Order: sequence, then C-alpha cells, then structure tokens
Amino acid sequence: MTNRVLDLGGLDALIGVLREDGRVVVGPVLRDNAITLAELESAADLPGGWGVETGPGHYRVRRRADTAVFGHSAGPQSWKRFLHPPRRTLVTSDGNGFRAAPDPAPDYAFLGVRPCDLAAIAKLRQVIGGRKPFVVAAQCTEPGEVCFCASMGCGPAAGPGYDIALTERIDEQGQRFLATGGTDEGAAVLDRVPARRATPEDTALAEQDVQAAARTMGRAMPELDLRDLLAANRDSAHWEAVAERCLTCGNCTMVCPTCFCVSVEDHTDLDGTAERAQRWASCFEIDFSYLHGGAVRTSPAARYRQWMTHKLGTWHDQFGTSGCVGCGRCIAWCPAGIDITEEAAALTREHGGEQR
Amino acid sequence: MPSIAVWKFTSCDGCQLTLLDCEDELLPLTEHVRIAHFLEVTSVSEPGPYDISIVEGSVSTPEEAERIRWIREQSAVLVVVGACATSGGIQALRNFADVDEFRSIVYARPEHIATLGTSTPISAHVRVDLELRGCPIDKGQLLEVLTALLAGRKPDLPDTSVCTDCKRRGLTCVLVAHGTACLGPVTHAGCGALCPAVDRGCYGCFGPMNQPNVPALVPLLKRTGMGDDELQLVFRTFNANAEWS
Ligand code: SF4
Ligand code: SF4
Ligand code: SF4
Ligand code: SF4
Repeated sequence: MTNRVLDLGGLDALIGVLREDGRVVVGPVLRDNAITLAELESAADLPGGWGVETGPGHYRVRRRADTAVFGHSAGPQSWKRFLHPPRRTLVTSDGNGFRAAPDPAPDYAFLGVRPCDLAAIAKLRQVIGGRKPFVVAAQCTEPGEVCFCASMGCGPAAGPGYDIALTERIDEQGQRFLATGGTDEGAAVLDRVPARRATPEDTALAEQDVQAAARTMGRAMPELDLRDLLAANRDSAHWEAVAERCLTCGNCTMVCPTCFCVSVEDHTDLDGTAERAQRWASCFEIDFSYLHGGAVRTSPAARYRQWMTHKLGTWHDQFGTSGCVGCGRCIAWCPAGIDITEEAAALTREHGGEQR
Repeated sequence: MPSIAVWKFTSCDGCQLTLLDCEDELLPLTEHVRIAHFLEVTSVSEPGPYDISIVEGSVSTPEEAERIRWIREQSAVLVVVGACATSGGIQALRNFADVDEFRSIVYARPEHIATLGTSTPISAHVRVDLELRGCPIDKGQLLEVLTALLAGRKPDLPDTSVCTDCKRRGLTCVLVAHGTACLGPVTHAGCGALCPAVDRGCYGCFGPMNQPNVPALVPLLKRTGMGDDELQLVFRTFNANAEWS
C-alpha cells in the first residue's frame, strides 16, 4: 500500500468520510482541563496546540509551542469506555419473562488511538469480544513522563490492528500527517481523502521520529520475567509496604484500558418491571472477592497484590500475554502516585535473585 | 399491604424531605405500602408494629434513647438514613466539647434542657438492618432500598470509594488534574460523585468507606495547600463521630 500525506484539511476530510459512512467518530478533545475522548464532528474538535504534563498522581494540560493535534499522551479516558461501557443493561423483564437488552453500541471509528491503546483494544477485545471498531492510530513521537510502552512491546510504533496509522510532523514544511493503510478498508477510506503521495523522505522522517520516541520513554519495566517474579513472591513483605500508601480507591483499575471486571446489579421497580445490569468493578472493592459468607481478599495488601499480579503475571496464564501495555494511566491517575514500574522494580531489587 | 413508619430524631429533616422529593415515585409507592407514621406528611399515626421503619436523626437526649428502643421493638426492618442517624451528624461535634458549658451559654434556663453529653448513631443503641449514608441521603439509594425491601431482594449499596463512581461517570479527577482537595478516595460511595461532577472536591458527607486509609490521603491533601486546622475541620463536619481511621 502506498503511503499518503494529509494536511489538517485532509484529516478533517478523513473525519468527514468516516462520518459519511455512518460511523460515530471518537477522538481526543480538550475538556475539564484534560484531554479526554468524545465524539468528533471535525478536526477543529481536536486539541490542537495542547499537550500534557504527567507524573505519578499528577496531570496538567499545557499549551504547546506548536499546533500539534496528537501532541499529548494517555488521558483520563480510554477506549474501554466505548467498547465496554461503565454500565450496561443486560436483561429486562416486564413481569412476564425476560428479554435480553440490545447492544446499543454504534459503529465506531476511533481516531488518534495511540499504539499502547491499540494494543489495549486488542487485549480487551480478546476478553470481551464484540464488534471491531475502525481504528485510525496516531503513532507516538513524544512519549509522556509516565509512559513505558516500549518496554511492554506495545509502542511507540503502532503494532497490528489499525485500519489507518497516522504520524504527525510539524516542521518548516508545515503540519502534516503521514498516513499508512493497515487494512483494505483503511486503504479504501484513504482513497477518498485529498492527499498527496508520500515521498521516501516523508516515510523515512516518520520512522525516524517514532524510533527517537522509543529512546525518550519516561519509564521502563524491569527486564525479567515478571510472571515468575510475582508468582514466587506472594508472601513478600513488600505488599504491606505498598498497602500503607494505597488508598484502595480503585482508580488504577478503572482507568486501565484493559481491566475488564464487572459486577452485576439487579433493580426492581414498583410497577413490576425489573432490570439486570453490569457495571465496572475493581479488585480493590472488598465485595469483589465475596464468596459464600464473606470476602476473601480483605487486606489492602492482598488487594494491591491481586491487581499487580493479574496485570503482569496471571494475565499471561489466562490470555497468553501481559495485561499491561505501558500506557501509564494507573500511575498518573493514582491519587497517591503509586507507580507500577517502581513497585515492580522494588520487588525485583528485593527478590529478583530468588526467581526460578 | 406492608406498613411503613418514618421517624425523626435529632436532625434537620432534610433526609425526610428526600423521601418527599421522590415526586414521581411517591404516589405509586402509596399503592404498595401503607404510611402508618410520617409526621411531615400526615398527622395520622397508627400504632405498631410496623413492617419498615425509616429513622432519621441521631440520639442526643435521654428521651430519644428510650424511644429508639421502642421503635426497634415495633419494627420488622429498621433502616437508618443520613449522616445523623449513621454517625451522629454535625451535632456530634459536642462529643469533642463540654455540653454543660454550651447549655449554660445558649439557654436562659439551662435546667429545663434535658440533653445527653454525646450525639450518637442509632446503631450505638439498637440493631440496625440497613444504613443509608449522606447529608442528605441520595434519592436513588432510598428508592433502591424501598423497591428491594418490597421485592424481597438485597439492596445494592456499595461500600467502596467515591472514586469508583467518579470514574464510572467519566469525570476527570479534580485531585490529580486540578490539584483540588478531595475526600473521594476515603469516602463511602452512594452520591454518584456529586461534587467532582461540579468541579469540586468531595466533602466526605457520606462518611468513611469500608477500610478507609486516611493516613495515606493526608499528605496528598496537604499538598493541595491544606493545613492541620483545615484537615481537622474537613474530617469533623458531617461525620465527626465516624471511624475515619
Ligand atoms: S496497568 Fe497501568 S500502565 Fe499498564 S495498561 Fe493498565 S493503566 Fe496502563
Ligand atoms: S486487575 Fe483487578 S480489576 Fe483489573 S482485570 Fe484484573 S482482577 Fe479485574
Ligand atoms: S494503587 Fe493508587 S489508584 Fe490504585 S487503589 Fe491504590 S491508591 Fe488507588
Ligand atoms: S475527583 Fe475525587 S472522587 Fe473523583 S477520582 Fe479524584 S479523588 Fe476520587
């Protein structure tokens, strides 16, 4: 497939084409002092000229020196909100039998999906299934302070699964996006968008920008078998040390783009109707581990251990891959600033030699 | 039809008003329950026993300490509602001061005032079946309890942090993204993250969640600019008497 180069007008046309085809286009927008995700009507809705400054328990939007629309890293929302909504009705009853609730999800096109989130969408869909969204990825040329996708093998170059991948560049030739079709459908959409053919130089510059990004990651996971490390250290004293700082608030699981857990709720109405729904749950909730007679993971240490062990260890046993893509959301949006890479490093320092 | 009785103890009536505020649901509700006692609605008061008693307010007088025992004996299910009934309310500030002194300053004839030295939750006096937190309570949670009791199912009242609701609602965290002090990480869910939804930090009016880690939140609140005095004030407002840690 030939690469194309779009300007901002071309990006706007791309959004227009996707909308014309009946898709709901969702992408980054500036809202409530954060870069969140919402429906896009045009490229003007994108957060042009806005970047972010992130750290453990810290997030601020900031003005950029340029007009980049994808010049930010993962925000408070992820695509999980759309593929796996926080609350969904499953079954309803009018008093005479039950009816499965229809899946209200529209035909989505996600635009500006970062490589870490592209990997997260695949991991999430491996668990929950559902219709495949149309994905326009935005390769990373400027990772954030809490990003570590490179060490999870999920970025900064977009892996498989996108329909179109964009790489934004702003230089003396202006603002432009190198566009690569990843599927026939993606290529067909690109054919309908005004763009010029990419020169070998365009493609080389984009590759160079993405490769440079891999070297400026804010963080990294320790390079050892985390699955073995966690399995061997269930009784580490370190879990108590984390628990002193952990609020067991559940924010990390809720912002994580791959955490899929739900809890089921039943409602009855005075008129005889009833509804069963599911809502996002978290392994930090005490009721999460409620079995007959009581909860089995009540201590904060056991709950933190469950989260980290599932993300980095037992996810491999369940799904053959890690549950973490290195997006850094759990680090930035943890009010206490607990850093999963730092906790993994601490476990490695304390017990690294003991594995196998 | 099951009977329902609504009782007031030391309180502001705000939680009872939440029941009256269920405008659309109130009429259908009267087709399913008989209101046996509810002074804000009717002066008719039927004798017990009652199938469901809803109790608002804390115990702050000797007379109330007696009356709650009688209500418990007369009620199959006892639901306590609001910060007053579940933790002692704002008036539990007296628990940290000398009530005799207050009494002599406020009243011309203090000898006529019979009051206890403390304001305590209903659960300190009798067994309680269900608790609704908040100052005031959440209307949705009240309806959830009533419809659950009528259908004979367990009501859905999560005891986790406000953050879980905040995140499900898709709000941007005011603590992380704005540096605004927020008690959400230690506060009991149920309000639907009302304050963060209007760009404010949680004030903790639903009281402590199950196993709150307040010592871990304190340095984060200090980072937003709160001093020790303010910290004491914020944990001693609606639920001063509750077990925050
Ligand atoms: S565990 Fe943290 S860094 Fe990893 S995918 Fe989840 S939110 Fe992102
Ligand atoms: S880390 Fe916890 S909330 Fe996330 S998927 Fe695993 S068990 Fe579920
Ligand atoms: S690690 Fe952080 S976000 Fe997760 S439960 Fe603990 S304090 Fe909350
Ligand atoms: S705004 Fe408050 S309640 Fe919401 S996630 Fe942040 S700390 Fe929790």
